[in-house]
Amino acid sequence: MSDNPTRPLIEMAAVSKFFGDFQALRNIDLVVHKGERIVVCGPSGSGKSTLIRCINRLEKHNEGIITIDGIELTDKVADIDAVRREVGMVFQSFNLFPHMSIIKNLMIAQQLVRKTPKKEAREIAMHYLQRVKIPEQAEKYPIQLSGGQQQRVAIARALCMKPKIILFDEPTSALDPEMINEVLDVMVDLADEGMTMICVTHEMGFARSVADRIIFMDEGEIIEQASPADFFDNPENERTSAFLDQILKH
Amino acid sequence: MSFDLNLVLESLPQMLAGFGITLKLLLVSGSLGLVLAIVLLLMRMSGKFYLDWLAQIYIYVFRGTPILVQIFIIYYGLPQFEAVRDSVFWSILREPTGCAILALTLNTGAYVSEILRGGVLGVDKGLLEAGSALGMSARHKLIYITTPLATRLALPAYSNDVISLLKSTALASTITIADMTGIARTIVADTYAPYEVFISLAIVYMIFTLAIQKLFGLFERYLSRHTRRED
Repeated sequence: MSDNPTRPLIEMAAVSKFFGDFQALRNIDLVVHKGERIVVCGPSGSGKSTLIRCINRLEKHNEGIITIDGIELTDKVADIDAVRREVGMVFQSFNLFPHMSIIKNLMIAQQLVRKTPKKEAREIAMHYLQRVKIPEQAEKYPIQLSGGQQQRVAIARALCMKPKIILFDEPTSALDPEMINEVLDVMVDLADEGMTMICVTHEMGFARSVADRIIFMDEGEIIEQASPADFFDNPENERTSAFLDQILKH
Repeated sequence: MSFDLNLVLESLPQMLAGFGITLKLLLVSGSLGLVLAIVLLLMRMSGKFYLDWLAQIYIYVFRGTPILVQIFIIYYGLPQFEAVRDSVFWSILREPTGCAILALTLNTGAYVSEILRGGVLGVDKGLLEAGSALGMSARHKLIYITTPLATRLALPAYSNDVISLLKSTALASTITIADMTGIARTIVADTYAPYEVFISLAIVYMIFTLAIQKLFGLFERYLSRHTRRED
């Protein structure tokens, strides 16, 4: 894979996705360049999660073309693996491996997928645990950590694979309010360092201060894409305004 | 009628002489049955419909018939076929112990594969998605995520099946095998004291069961170490 600075990292062209008769994505066109920070928002069931899950092929799209860093996503397992090596993901429910210690959670994929030697994998893991500010938890099991700590470990686990893109699927939605900020702080740090990010989130404060672009989805379609300033202050579409009225009411 | 304690004390050592055979039936058919169960499970999860069907039919047949009937079919039925007598398996099938182990293995394999499948289905799909997102292959996910977690989930039901298998080994006595139950039956035939002898036998099985339970309890505790909040 050569790094072509002008080539987008993510290109989705006329992508559609069906679950049986239900169309979850309609004709999605999306281009994301290196270093861009995208926030995806929209009402529940609008296809936000499905959109990002198609990018690392946790969901298979039915129509259209998705190209990640020059690799088109098809049924070819080698291509899917190559894409997944470049794309990290953080889930709403953390999904840490419960039977492995924190450090093991961070090492396992490095060793199996990247073939990193154990000692080096451990060093990388400790490096990223320090970055999310919980190196002292390395030997514990996930259940012994708070939700906010677990989600920071999950972010560190994704970073250990040195991804070019990180997808966040409602990373703070399962957290108690007092733990949301510690996770958002880590995400802001990542954004400041130039990580390419796509975040599905309802944290509008984060969206306003961090996003380069906000995408609003409804019923499987991208309704609006705009800079945070335009998105919050001059939404073009009335569905966007209605959504913003709903979530910013209180 | 009085309870003859001396008879109990006399017959217990005799019955315990059959403990080795009971243990052998349990361990050999238990481990071979586990291997068979894993093969059946992999067939069911293979995504190939013909392998899945084959495994399902097998499981249906062996869960759908009494184990005693299966033992009789193998012991009395199979030797009628010349092909069986000429085959390499004859050295096993001519012996009642071989027949009993075969029947117990085939039977427990069917049950245990369903128990293991329950464990596999119980593994949180989100963890497998996390594995995929990290680039882990299907094989890696099976080895490092599904297997350890499914084992823990399946363990209580599996220990149940091992205990049940222990008691099924008593059926081997119907085809002339001198396991603990077989010896007890001989003693009863000699002494006409079914009460004392069979109660003693029952107590031996209960102690054996207790040992199995404790063993699985320890294993379960070990596999659950990550679910405890405090070290």
